[in-house]
Order: sequence, then C-alpha cells, then structure tokens
Amino acid sequence: MTGPVVVCASQVLAHTPHLAAHGSKPSRELPGNAEVTEQFLASLRSFEAAVAYPPNQAYMSAIHPRALPARPWTAISDAGASRWTTGGEIMPEEEFLGLLASVDTAGLTTLGAGLAGRASAALEAHPLAKYLDLAQLDKARGDAEAAAAGKGAASVDLGSGPEAVVRPGDEVDQSLAAAVLLENLAAKASATLALLHLLHDYDIEPGSIDYVLGCGEEAIGDRYQRGGGNLAKAVAEAAGCSEASGADIKDFCAAPVPALVIAASLVQAGVFSRVAVVAGGSLAKLGMKFQGHLRHDLPILEDVIGGSAFLVQADDGVSPTIRLDSVGRHRVAAGGAAAQIMEALALEPLGRLGLATTDVDDFATELHNPEVTEPQGSGNVPERNYRTLAALAMRRGDIAREDIDAFVAQRGMPGFAPTQGHLASSLCYLPHALDRLTSGPATRAMLIAKGSLFLGRMSQLSDGMSVILERNPSQT
Amino acid sequence: MLKDRHVIALGERDGVSGPSIAACAEAAGATVAFTATECFV
Repeated sequence: MTGPVVVCASQVLAHTPHLAAHGSKPSRELPGNAEVTEQFLASLRSFEAAVAYPPNQAYMSAIHPRALPARPWTAISDAGASRWTTGGEIMPEEEFLGLLASVDTAGLTTLGAGLAGRASAALEAHPLAKYLDLAQLDKARGDAEAAAAGKGAASVDLGSGPEAVVRPGDEVDQSLAAAVLLENLAAKASATLALLHLLHDYDIEPGSIDYVLGCGEEAIGDRYQRGGGNLAKAVAEAAGCSEASGADIKDFCAAPVPALVIAASLVQAGVFSRVAVVAGGSLAKLGMKFQGHLRHDLPILEDVIGGSAFLVQADDGVSPTIRLDSVGRHRVAAGGAAAQIMEALALEPLGRLGLATTDVDDFATELHNPEVTEPQGSGNVPERNYRTLAALAMRRGDIAREDIDAFVAQRGMPGFAPTQGHLASSLCYLPHALDRLTSGPATRAMLIAKGSLFLGRMSQLSDGMSVILERNPSQT
Repeated sequence: MLKDRHVIALGERDGVSGPSIAACAEAAGATVAFTATECFV
C-alpha cells in the first residue's frame, strides 16, 4: 500500500455571456455608460465560438495545452469542436440558468416562462438529468419582469428584458444581497455540475463519498459570518452525496492545492475513505478585463464560469499517487519576491526529496490564458512563472543557460485557463496530469498554486502550496 | 531623489510587491503614506 491517489477529475465550463455583465468590473463600469454597454453587448461570443475556442477545449481536456495551435486563438473556428468530453462539458447559458434555479434551495430565483421552459426541456434531455432537481426549477417559473422590479433584485437580461432574477435573501443584510447570492448560486451550480460529471462519467456511487472539500473563491455566509462557508456540503447535497459532509478550504486562488493535500491527508490518516474536492466558478471575475478586450477588438473573453471536481482515495494500484512527502509551502518568513516564492514551492521540496527539476515531466503553475490577460496589460503569467522556474533550475545546476527555452517548452505549457484564479492555479491541469501519469509517458507532475493573501488587507503576504503527483508504483 | 516626499506604494502580485516598493522608497528618504499589493489577473 502506497499513498493516497487521485482517481479521476472533471472540468466544466458554463458559457455565460449575459452573466458577464454581472461581473464585478462590468457591473461598475457599464451602468450609465450607454456607448460602452453597446460595445460590450456587441462583443459577446456565441456559444459555438466559445466551444471552438482552443483554450476552452484544453480546459476540458480535449487537447493537451502543449498541443494548442499558434495564437491568436480567437481566430480559430473549429466546427468539429465538441461540447462534451469525458468528465466535462461546456454548458450553454440558458441551461446553466436552469441549473442555477434547480440548486436554489431558498427559492429566491425567478425564471421567465420562456426561459424556464427552454431550460427545463434542455435539462430533461441532459445526460445528468436523473440527478437534477427539475421540480425546483419548475417552482422558479414566474413573472421575471415583476420580480426584477422588486427591491434589491439582480436580474439577468438575455437580450429581451429580465429573464432570470434573484431576490435578496434579506432586506438589509449585505452578505445576502441579490448580487452576492447570484454569485454564490453560480458557484454552487458550476461546482455541482462538475461533481455530477465526476460521479456520472467515472461511474462513482454518490453514496460512497464520505467528505467533500470546497476550494472555490466565493465566501458563503450572512452578516454575522460573511465567510461562514461550507458551500461544499451544499454541493454534496445537490449532487446526491447523501453520506458526505464537507467543509470549505479558503486560501484565495491557492486553495485547490491545500484542498488536495488535506484530502489526501484525511485519507492517509484513515479518517475518510473517499474525499471529493470541488470548486465552482467565480462570477465576479467575468468581464474583469473587458476594457482591454474592447480596445483590441476582441470578444469579451471572460465569458465562462468554470467548475472542477476530483476524487481522492486510498491506493488502487492504478491511479497517480499523491506524494505527501513532497508538499511545498510558502512559509511566513520565505519572502515575497517571485523567485523566493518559486524557490519555496518548487525547489525546496525537490531538494528535500533528492530530485532535480528535470525529474519532473510537467510543472503546472498559474495557467491563466495569456490571450485574456495581455490585452489589459497584465502580461503572460505562466510564461513569467516558467522562466523564473527555469532560471532557478539553471542556478541549481540542473540545466545549462542555453537549455532554458527548451525547459520552458517541454516542462511548462501555455496558459489556457479562464481567469478565475483558483481554476488557473494548477487545478486546471489535473485531468491532463492524470492522463499523462496513467496512459501517457510522464512519471511526475508538480502542481504549484499561489494565492494573493494580501488582497484581504490582513497581511502583506502572499501564499502558496505545491505537491507532486507520481505514476502509481504498481504501474512502473 | 525622494527625500521629504510622500509616496503611495502600489505593487502588483506578479511584479514588485507593495512592501518592496515601500522599502525602496523609504531607503531613498520618502515617507510612505500607503502600501498595497493588487492582483490584476
């Protein structure tokens, strides 16, 4: 018996161009600015374009990120691209709003009759239909215009007036404002979709899950506990994991790797047999860099809400092993410069294990899609990370200076994840890593996550964690 | 150059952090009025 393993992973996207107007940045910039609003709405992508977009196909594991075509990816129109993969899909907006209403146990969502009917029909034909609470969706059917006129309502306009509306959970509690609940419901729906694909596509019995850890970005709570938490258990309930309890792991964008490590630790300690880790997407991040996209005549690229789920259990003799002795952490005293962070997360654990950087086949770090970040001046995040890592590998004597480019190309990869930091923070690579460490040729993959702890104003520190996944010893 | 100047130090998570800018500014004689690091991705 070796260490715990990751058995399977799923990744989903919901294409939500009209919800993009509810992202934090557009919701502040568009109201009162008719010209920009018109530009914004004219620059939304079709569902077909979102499906064909190569980074989205890479996110769903249809293609490996190193096999992505040359940029610009927005110019690629692949009519053969599929909505479906094993372990994932890109869900259209109307279906997603129907799913959102179906997981709204508080009954605060109203869908107009037309939208409710179309969403219900589509979800009845969905491969996951048997898991969905379509009766709850039906209860949401109502007068959307009247609901939108209610005090504090958040309404989604799909082009012909309000069609999906969320009411506040309380008249005065800002933690339960309609806009906050819309974000939380979007996170719950996308996490539920990912967990359901994990269970269904990999034939996992929902009742076999003991515990669910959430690692998404949203904080669920009320005025007395703004970040009260446990969206994980709400997702477990929605997915029919009747025997599970859960908890949320909060660490800004870094949370998925600590969640993986904690899940593996719970299994290794014998506390639980099967732990699922889930992450919903971040509605707040939609359209965050829309001004840069409009300036460069690009579509609004931040128009998808991501979701992710994976399963950790004891060694099954096949699945990649989680090397708990490889965990790297960013200590308080480690220093905050990029090289210091990478040294703490990548080199220190390798040194501890007596491994070279060249013993790792794939490094997954922050894999933000550069086509999204560059137009707004945020640069190419993964490339910066990989060049820092390669420079440290050279300083360590693992590679020569002239090998830096090859190191970056062969052990790194282009960014392909939606700019929802926790998904980009190496979690997006997990399905690829599982493929490469089972049916592919790789022996080791290192997942590196970083989080901007300082954004909460409680510290000037950042944080991060890393862990190595290794081909199962029984398979070598 | 920064002696007797007041500085607002705004860092970026992938570049130079706010505290690093503040430390440099203080070393150059400035008074740092505010320090923050932001994330733009």
